[in-house]
Parts: sequence; structure tokens; C-alpha cells
Amino acid sequence: MSLLEVSALTVDFDTREGVTNAVNSVSFTVDRGETLGIVGESGSGKTVCCNALMRLLPIPPATIKGRALFEGVDLLTRSESKLRSIRGRHIGMIFQDSMTALNPFTRIGQQIMEPLQLHYKTPKDLARKKALDLLQEVGIDTPEQRMDCYAHELSGGMRQRVMIAMALITEPDLLIADEPTTALDVTTQAQILTLLNELQQRRNIAMIFISHDLHVIKQIATRLLVLQKGCMVEHGHCAQVFAAPRHEYTKSLLNAIPEGEKPTHYRHEQPLAPNFLTIANASISFAGKPTPHLAVKDVSLSIARGEILGLVGESGCGKTSLAQSVVRLVDLEQGEITLQNKSLTSLKGKDLRLARKDMQMIFQDPFASLNPRMSIFEIIAEPLKLHGLATTKRSLREKVLALMCEVGLEANWAHKYPHQFSGGQRQRVAIARAIAVEPQLIIADEPVSALDVTIQAQILKLLLDLCWQYNISMIFISHDLAVVRYVADRIAVMQKGQIVELGNTEALLKNPHHHYTQKLLAARLS
Amino acid sequence: MTATQLKSTHSNTDYSSYSLSREASYRLKKNKMAMLGFWTLLALFLIAACTPWLAPYAYESQNLALGASPPSAQHLLGTDIHGRDLLTRLMYGSRVSLLVGFAATTVSLVIGVLWGTIAGYMGGRIDTVMMRIVDILYALPFMIFIILLMVVFGRSFLLLFLAIGLVEWLTMARIVRAQVLSVRKQEYIDAAIVTGLSHWKIIYRHVMPNILGPVIVYITLTIPNVILLESFLSFLGLGIQPPQSSWGVLISRGVESMEEYPWLLIFPGLTLSVTLFSLNFLGDGLRDALDPRTAKS
Repeated sequence: MSLLEVSALTVDFDTREGVTNAVNSVSFTVDRGETLGIVGESGSGKTVCCNALMRLLPIPPATIKGRALFEGVDLLTRSESKLRSIRGRHIGMIFQDSMTALNPFTRIGQQIMEPLQLHYKTPKDLARKKALDLLQEVGIDTPEQRMDCYAHELSGGMRQRVMIAMALITEPDLLIADEPTTALDVTTQAQILTLLNELQQRRNIAMIFISHDLHVIKQIATRLLVLQKGCMVEHGHCAQVFAAPRHEYTKSLLNAIPEGEKPTHYRHEQPLAPNFLTIANASISFAGKPTPHLAVKDVSLSIARGEILGLVGESGCGKTSLAQSVVRLVDLEQGEITLQNKSLTSLKGKDLRLARKDMQMIFQDPFASLNPRMSIFEIIAEPLKLHGLATTKRSLREKVLALMCEVGLEANWAHKYPHQFSGGQRQRVAIARAIAVEPQLIIADEPVSALDVTIQAQILKLLLDLCWQYNISMIFISHDLAVVRYVADRIAVMQKGQIVELGNTEALLKNPHHHYTQKLLAARLS
Repeated sequence: MTATQLKSTHSNTDYSSYSLSREASYRLKKNKMAMLGFWTLLALFLIAACTPWLAPYAYESQNLALGASPPSAQHLLGTDIHGRDLLTRLMYGSRVSLLVGFAATTVSLVIGVLWGTIAGYMGGRIDTVMMRIVDILYALPFMIFIILLMVVFGRSFLLLFLAIGLVEWLTMARIVRAQVLSVRKQEYIDAAIVTGLSHWKIIYRHVMPNILGPVIVYITLTIPNVILLESFLSFLGLGIQPPQSSWGVLISRGVESMEEYPWLLIFPGLTLSVTLFSLNFLGDGLRDALDPRTAKS
């Protein structure tokens, strides 16, 4: 008998529009010492599935059917009070966002010890000793000092380690990890995955690992479960599924990973007109205590007309600040930025507003970058009206509809509001807004990071098409080397506010000189 | 038929005319409770406006022989201890109370929203200075502030609106600033800046619509506050003077004689409650109507 046997798990949600089926008759088993990877796009029901096992869903509106035998006990029919003795004690859970999953007002030592004191009534000094050992085991140095820290005093990777320690302290038999590395940098992600692998082997526990990222799943899972719209479409050994996917959806997931070089038909034959945009000795600092934080240190760059520059680096390396300084969302402390030999740094007021017609920005989070109270039509029409590109109502309507068509949105969606769209569709709206004013330069700040893999490929292709067609230069910011490789002509690698390596995409990836670039490559493309 | 369906039936029409305000009014009309509140308020306003022609008696006419009498055919809501018709006094009182309530709230709304938006949007030193001014005014005892105004400008009805409005805007400014601060950090504001919009346009088109919810809720809380505040000021001799009446004055008199003549408290109290209920329903309806996310689609 397996540790966990789930059969015909079905979850329905009762909404105002009727009953929505989130998980449809999913069955799987998990044994000690193995990792089950659950993959699917957002909305495919992978999180709902695991939350249903832990009964973390509000009932109603949710209704759960099926069976989930954990060591012979049905989790779905147990009373709440009996379930509480299983949660945290026999089944541990790691969440995606460590910042919100940890209590900001309690010291982390306290939080790690809590499950022990709760479930086993362990005396405080013993619990403390156990917590210290465990912190050491999950790779936190100077655990004595870290015990007294608050969550915000730790980095993202450290917080995730603390969460893992919290889940493991009661020595559970089953660990459920819900996208535990999605919010982390690639190098940190690699460390956490290695850690989870080691811990699982050493302690011989079962693990359910949820992710939308096939790269990650490939590295950690022994068996794989693919969900699509709540249905199980593929189930098998990890290597087998990757080698020979049977279901169409799995194939499309696998093919969607933008792998390999930039397609040749997007590559420029002739050398491009250089110095279209130049950044000279740019420094940016933010007020901070005790000393101002220097986000960008003396960076110089130049981009040719029609060129796509990939800007790569970990969070906090200054890549976003640098890009935002080009569109003047952030002001430079030193240095100068020129577009077509006209200085952007000294522009003020109306001149600056007019100059913005030439450079547009696409943001990471398509849920935050669209005003929720404006219809799609209004959002796309706003820049057109502002810069006098459509003078009559009729031409405005035609232009907006043409733009929507160009980015792949249907014309009769024009009166809809952003919340009625999916992430990918919203990003299309944001792209339509950006190209509406016929810009010469687009800053794309992680434009696909918040999207599902299959959607990522579509959006990347759209961006490439548009840049090619209108000869737009682009600064493409990303933490994902695979994506940048697919898009960029040249890559600039940033670390701690400086550009440590800059070169043509393929040359740089084949032969990275700087050790940081090598580290990034090893973390991602292993 | 939902709003969306209605539109897709003539999808060749001009999309730019589908603004938020038009959608909102459509959704508001679908909300029965909000519309009930709206019509009730409208009726109250009409009655208040036409009181001189509608009132059964003159508001100062007394019938001392009658004294305080319970509701009867001649005096539908009874009379007070001076033998004045309560219905008449309530109707005349509504002129004062509704005027004070809505005018003073408008004053506080205009100042508070402008002040809070500018402070929150500009941030930095401007924000600090503007909010410290609010803090200083907060610290000033309300009574001293009002009395000072009265001493300087003399007693007038107009001053009453101004005085109450000038005090009530402080909280509004704080609420608005807090909202603006969170909206300001959203990426769509950055996107608007990059598009090339001027600060005023960003405030007007992108910030304001997104802070409406809490503002509307706070308005519905301010109006009853103001109506009662007026009675307090009148009690101190700073507001309206007898024989003029207002709901606040009637209620506070009614409380004094609650045990002997309950109708003097019940009817003014009931009128105020109905007004506040209508306001709340309308406010909630407006808040929902202005948020496209609440619409069924």
C-alpha cells in the first residue's frame, strides 16, 4: 500500500455563474522516497488539488468528492479536529511566497519551533536545539543569530529555507511543495532544488512537487502528472514522459519551452546603424539608511536601431532601475542617455512628455499594468489621442481595432475590462498600448515571466514580429537565459549594479568569460 | 441581458462612448436597493424644497392650549410642548439638515480629495508638509476652531457649512492619501507616465477612478455625522436659532422628553434613519457600480 492513495478526486466550485469544475477525477499515488511532480498551466487545478487534500479549501463554495487515503485514513472525510493532528505533523507544506507565508511579527525561530511545541509538547530548550540543527541542515549559516531574525530581514532564498525547515521539523512522512522556487532567482532556485533532493533522500520522505516549470520538474521529480483544465492528461515516469510524451497537451507544453537560438529569419544581415540609444556612465542611487543604496554603478551601453538587447541578472542587480532610467521613470544620478543623439536626461515637463512617444515600456505583471477601471478600448486609445495620432472618432476607432487585430485580440472585446482577460491576453493589450504611438524603442521588463509557458512562446513571437516589422529597438529584461537567448541579438549580464559581460548572444553563451555568467548558465541550462 | 450582451448586439457602434460612467449608471439602475435609496433621497429633497407650499402649518405658529399632543387627524405626527406641529417642523428641519449635510460634505469632499490626492501623488517633501498641516489642524480643538471662525466672520448660516466642512475634510484627506499611495505604486501609473500623460491627467484619469470606493463609503459616513454635528453646534448657540428647527435639534429635544412624549423622538429619529439607510444603499450601489470587476460578465 502506498503512503498516499488518491482516487477520483473531484473538486467543484459553486460560483455565481454556476458550478465550475476545478479538478476532475484525478487519481495518483505517492510512495516514500519518491517525488511526484504535478505540472500544468495556471488554472489547471494543481494547487486546488493539493489544497483539497489538506482541506484548505473553503467549503462551500467548494465541494470535494473522491478518496484520499493517507496511511489508510481518508483525509477527505476525517473530522476537522482529527485532521489537525495530521496537518503539519505527518504532512508538511511549503508555499510559493515565503514573504506572505511567514508571520512578519514573529521571530523565525519561534515559528520553526511552533509545530513541535504544538504537536509533541516538546520542551522549549529541546525544540530550540532541534530547530538549530535543522536550520544548519537546510543550509543556513550562523543559525543562532538567524533564529532571532524577522522574516523581512532574510533574503528570499533564506526565507524559503526557513519554510522548508518549518515543514520538516515534525519529521513528516509527506511533503507538499507548491511552486516553492517560482519566486526565486535561478541560482537560488538551483540551490533549493538540490537541498530538497538531498533532504528527501536522507529522510526517505514522499514529496508532491507542484510547478508550472518543466525545467524544474525535470530536475526533481521521479514521476510526473500533467493536469489540463482539471483533468489528468498524462501520468508516468518523469524520464519516460519527457522522452516520449503521449498526450498532445504534454507535447505542446514541452515544445513551448523557447529552446535554442534566435530564429534566423529574425536576424539582421547587414550591420545596424549603431548608437541609436547610448547610455554613458549611468549611476542610479536610492535614498537609504545609513548610506544611499547604489543600484546602478557607472554603466555604459549602446544599442543599434532595430537591435534587441537582452539584459540578464538576478533580482536586485539593477537591471530594472537601468531600464526605467531610459524612460525616465527613475532619474540618473550621474551620466547621460541619448536617443538618436538627443539627450533624454535633461528633458523636462512638456518636452519630456512629447519625447515619450518614441520610447514605450511593457511591464512584467499584466494584472497590475492595466488600469482596472478602463475598458480595453480606452486603454489603447489613450496614447493615440494624447499624441494626436487619431483626430476623429472614426479614425481612433479604426486604429484601435487595427492594433487589437495586430496583437491578436478580437475586435468585439474592445468594450471589455482587464479583469475579463487572461494573463496572456492582458499582456497583448499592454503590447498594443506600447506600439500604438509607433515607438522606436521598447523597454520590456520581464514581459513573459508572469505567463504560462505555452503563452510565453506566443508573446515572445509577437514581440519579435513587431520589432522586426517596425524596426523597433528593444531592451529585453529577463532572469531567464533560455528566453533571452531566443529573443536577443546581444546579451548584457548585470551583477550588483554593473555590467559584467556583454556580447553577441551565441558567442556569449558558448564561451562565458565572467564567473557569474557561468554560474547563471550552469543554474539554468543544466 | 447583461451589460456586455447588450453591447455586443450592436457591436459596430462607437466603442469610445462606453465609458465607465455610462456602464456604472447602467449597473446602478439594475441595483434595486440602490435605486430605492436614490428615489427616497430624491423625494426627501423635493419635499424639503417645496416645504413652504406643502407644510400644513407655519413653522413658528404655536397652539399653547394644545401643548404636547400625540398624533391626531389635525396634527399627523403630533405637536411639541409649545403646541407646534411636528410634521411642519420636521419638514422645515429637513431643509436645514439636508442642506448642511450635503453642502458641508461637498466642501469636505472637494478639499479633502484634492489635498489627499496631491499629497499622496507628489510624495516626498510636499507630502510631508501637507500632511503635517492636516495633523496641526487635527490637534486644534474643534470647538475653539469653530468659535474662532464665528468671532472672526460673525454668525451666519453659510459659515456653518464652511466650518463643518473645514473640519470634516481632514479625515477625508488622510483616507484619500492612503489610497493614492497604494494606487501610485501600481504599474499602470508608471505605464501612464511612460505614455506621456501629464500629472493632472494621470490623477484625473488613472488615480481618481481607483480610489472612488473608499471615498464613497466615507461620504455615506460623513453625511450623518454632519447632520448630528449641526445639532450640537445649534445646542451651543452657534448653529441655527429657535424657532427654526433641524433634525438634529428635534432629536436632541426629543431625547429630553422621551418618556412623556415619545413621538417627539420617534418621528424625527425615524426620518433620520430612513435618510441614512437610503444613503447607505445608494453609496454601496455606487461603489459596486463604479467597479467593473463586480459586474457579472
